Amino acid sequence: MIVHRLLRGTDRGVLITLALILLLTILVPALHLLIPASSPIHVPAYAMALIGKYLCYAMLALSLDLVWGYCGILSLGHGAFFALGGYAMGMYLMRQIGSRGVYGNPDLPDFMVFLNWTELPWYWHGFEWFPFAAVMVLFVPGLLAFLFGFFAFRARVSGVHLSIITQALTFALMLAFFRNDMGFGGNNGLTDFKDILGFNLQSTGTRATFFVATCLALFASLLLCLALTRSRLGAVMTAIRDAESRTRFLGYRVEAFKLFAFTVSACIAGLAGALYVPQVGIINPGEFAPANSIEAVIWAAIGGRGTLFGPILGAVLVNFAKSWFTSALPELWLFALGGLFLAVTLFLPRGLAGLFDRRTAKEATPQVAAAQPEAAE
Amino acid sequence: MDKAANSILYLDDVSVSFDGFKALNSLSLIIEPGEMRAVIGPNGAGKTTMMDVITGKTRPDTGDVLFAETLDLTRLGEAAIAQLGIGRKFQKPSVFERMTVVENLALALAGNRRVGEALFWRMSLAEKTRLDELLDVVRLGSQRDMLAARLSHGQKQWLEIGMLLAQEPKLLLVDEPVAGMTDAETETTATLLKSIAGERSIVVVEHDMSFVRELGVKVTVLHEGSVLAEGSLDHVSSETRVIEVYLGR
Repeated sequence: MIVHRLLRGTDRGVLITLALILLLTILVPALHLLIPASSPIHVPAYAMALIGKYLCYAMLALSLDLVWGYCGILSLGHGAFFALGGYAMGMYLMRQIGSRGVYGNPDLPDFMVFLNWTELPWYWHGFEWFPFAAVMVLFVPGLLAFLFGFFAFRARVSGVHLSIITQALTFALMLAFFRNDMGFGGNNGLTDFKDILGFNLQSTGTRATFFVATCLALFASLLLCLALTRSRLGAVMTAIRDAESRTRFLGYRVEAFKLFAFTVSACIAGLAGALYVPQVGIINPGEFAPANSIEAVIWAAIGGRGTLFGPILGAVLVNFAKSWFTSALPELWLFALGGLFLAVTLFLPRGLAGLFDRRTAKEATPQVAAAQPEAAE
Repeated sequence: MDKAANSILYLDDVSVSFDGFKALNSLSLIIEPGEMRAVIGPNGAGKTTMMDVITGKTRPDTGDVLFAETLDLTRLGEAAIAQLGIGRKFQKPSVFERMTVVENLALALAGNRRVGEALFWRMSLAEKTRLDELLDVVRLGSQRDMLAARLSHGQKQWLEIGMLLAQEPKLLLVDEPVAGMTDAETETTATLLKSIAGERSIVVVEHDMSFVRELGVKVTVLHEGSVLAEGSLDHVSSETRVIEVYLGR
């Protein structure tokens, strides 16, 4: 019922994207597990992991679109929430290694033994328990976004200033996580994961399950963002984006709405990071690098912000191109990315989604024309 | 507080300065419930700053600003003041261009402004009826589903007045509603504002003297941040100091 109400009148691009995600959910694991490796339509493990990674990036781009495309908050530090979610998951996976580490210490991860630590830092407690780690995946990025947003939005920091401090936030976190005494593995980060919930991370079944989980998480996040943006709350968000002071003088506490959107967005980014880590097998402070957050902005811009499905499309296509380029023409990738960004900015100001929209707009032209004489009246 | 009795808006000895420039200089003004007041004055007289002070955008350095006799507006933020029942129309039409006319009005409808409520809000029948009424009042019934960006300048001004009314305010602050309007639109706007007054109090800031004459209400002349003259338009326009300010010394 609710889904039906939600989908009625929804943009065609979003519907197609939802259908494509469901298709991937079934098709990719099926082609991986059921088709023999000798067959040309078999999907090898590395390809499934690669697509899974793209889908995590797509979730990050989607979360960015919720704040940037709908609420006008350009965050240049969304990679921080992604990385924090990833670290929360990484801490759980580290604790699962137990005594199978190089040093065979049942309580301490290898890097702590190496640093001559004798007991587990307080903030590592609880992470051996999956439900706790799962909550932390959402809670830690959400809490950081809430605290950051609470002060920033209340002080009415917006526009370029806000973008710069989000960038500073992720940079500061990167420097902090590089330090060994932070207790997150320093430079090397967290890696050498063995299993999750008792299942071997390297087994085909576990990998296929991760893929399905990633697809479903993206699907659910897209539905959530759709519900949010189509509610009155979404209307207030776009109102803030288009005319902030008008919204304030209508009696809406702009900072509360921004804070809500920013926090929800950070939780989605955190979930994306948590699904990313087991599939790539490592999380290190490099994930906090400002360049990562900026790349996410580029995916959203290329795909088309404020459309929900555009950034998903952008993230997948740009990363697909990146994988191809970095193996075929590695030295050209950054030029290609720059060129793509320029081309989209110049010729497709509304991104790839705008192409799609233009076609639908043309179909709607007769109605628009009919409305015009009325306007003159 | 006695002096504020039977007033919807009470400003006493309000001063605001920006970097030494006195935008408001011990301004005092009383608006009665249901009254419509026109505020005129040359550029830089402090008209917009006065509106900023009333709506919480600017904090006065000194003075009292009371709403409905007792509520101290100098302690509240913009959103809280708007929720008390003070609506403000900006000089430049300020509507949500990428929404339709009816969506603009729906967003302004009086009601709870909290995040949680907005998430689960569904329009009630009473609200739908109210929207239709408002569309009639501001004469935008046939533009109901048109994007606000496509409206003419005058229609945008009316839409914004409609949004103010949707807030069910007790006091409307209207900044230059007829700037850039045709004569016919100006006349319609005067009729519109006159039909609203009585039930609600209105403060209209305006440059257009023929429009002020058409409104036929008490006029306050501001100059250099304080009240220069007050009374009927004929009365104030015969005052020598007003003539000096408007015609140059």
